[in-house]
Amino acid sequence: MRELDVKVITENVAEMCKEAAYYLPEDVYNGLKRGRETEKSEVGKIVLDQIIKNAEIAKAEDRPYCQDTGMTIVFVKLGQDLHIVGGDFNEAINAGIAKGYTEGYLRKSVVGEPLFNRVNTKNNTPGVIYTEIVPGDKLEITIAPKGFGSENKSGVKMLVPADGVRGVKKAVMEIILHASMNPCPPMVVGVGIGGTMDRAALLSKKALTRSIDQRNPMPEYAKLEEELLELINSTGIGPQLGGTTSALAVNVEWGPTHIAGLPVAVTICCHAMRHSHRIL
Amino acid sequence: MAESIRITTPFTEEMSRKLKAGDSVLITGTIISARDAAHKAMTEALARGEKLPVDWHNQIVYYLGPTPAKPGDPIGSCGPTTSGRMDAYTPTMLDQGIKGMVGKGSRTPEVVEAMKRNGATYFAAVGGAAALIAKSVKKYTVLAYPELGPEAVAALEVVDFPAIVVIDCEGNNFYEIGQKPFRNFDMNKI
Repeated sequence: MRELDVKVITENVAEMCKEAAYYLPEDVYNGLKRGRETEKSEVGKIVLDQIIKNAEIAKAEDRPYCQDTGMTIVFVKLGQDLHIVGGDFNEAINAGIAKGYTEGYLRKSVVGEPLFNRVNTKNNTPGVIYTEIVPGDKLEITIAPKGFGSENKSGVKMLVPADGVRGVKKAVMEIILHASMNPCPPMVVGVGIGGTMDRAALLSKKALTRSIDQRNPMPEYAKLEEELLELINSTGIGPQLGGTTSALAVNVEWGPTHIAGLPVAVTICCHAMRHSHRIL
Repeated sequence: MAESIRITTPFTEEMSRKLKAGDSVLITGTIISARDAAHKAMTEALARGEKLPVDWHNQIVYYLGPTPAKPGDPIGSCGPTTSGRMDAYTPTMLDQGIKGMVGKGSRTPEVVEAMKRNGATYFAAVGGAAALIAKSVKKYTVLAYPELGPEAVAALEVVDFPAIVVIDCEGNNFYEIGQKPFRNFDMNKI
């Protein structure tokens, strides 16, 4: 059986945290450029110019793209034929987060307890780690740091089957209109449909790890993505100060659900749609 | 859009009253960072009858929690945070003499009323343009609450810090003005 030492995991996670914070993925950068070309608001153009220049500075100088370097979401696919050795798997990931955020001069934005004390853990741990067991002997890691300006505007609506496609669209748009200019648009919108309340939320997060240029493989959902994007871009929200580039993409993921339910979750991401992906 | 208006600190009510929603500005001088935890600490200190660690008279507050500075740099990435989280504390802070606020996102009607009363202006910096904004910051000095780390109250010496007047001291709101011409959305048509 293939073995993988936890030290390798820690080193890779540390590097991935820095990469994600400094380098905006190319699909998002190109999406911003396309938005700049089609944007109709003069102020919107100025805002997009600043955002594009910001991405270029961050990349050229290895600096965080945004000061909110996020809570670290970690999606792991662990091959069932891989043996992790040398220590605790989750501790290794968190050690990587601590190392990356410290060495990379990233902001430590995590408090250890949410309500009564709210004391900063000072190394951005713990991350939010989702582990899936899959066939094979590889370890696939996606690091998706999530800023909270946009996370605070995300939401879940528990619809019923009779609400249908129209209900889903209305539910998404209610969340978008409530968010308005607050989550640092142009947004990338992740939508999770189906499952349970928590599964829908997770699907909406996973949707944000997909390229903004890649539509859902099922034609009905691809069409829904296009229609939702058009609706969002007709709100006038624009790139923060009004305009036509409110969102760069809508990514929808779906899952089986109960005969009585139609959960819909929306994770709003700002233009800093950051992620880093490696297979070990 | 017209050319940017240059403003310098201290930022007086007279200067504030000349600005209109939609004006583009470049700020030079000293602005003071404070966000969630510092606002809570300061309003609690005021409630206890204590004096604040910073004189806010004619100051511009910047809602900010920067990344740590790399060696040799004055500051790390330093874009605005969401202003709305400070709304519960803002009327109290405006009454302390703050004349300008820099952040991002909407404000409550209570904040807008307090702005009108005090002749204060609300500016937006571009959310997420944190590495770009850092270029305009020349010096970062912690003034109070060092234990809050990135949330400490600090003086930022800035040159040509780019911002846009979103809500002026008469309550005109550029978020509404800027969105309106591009809004073509009706929930009932879905």
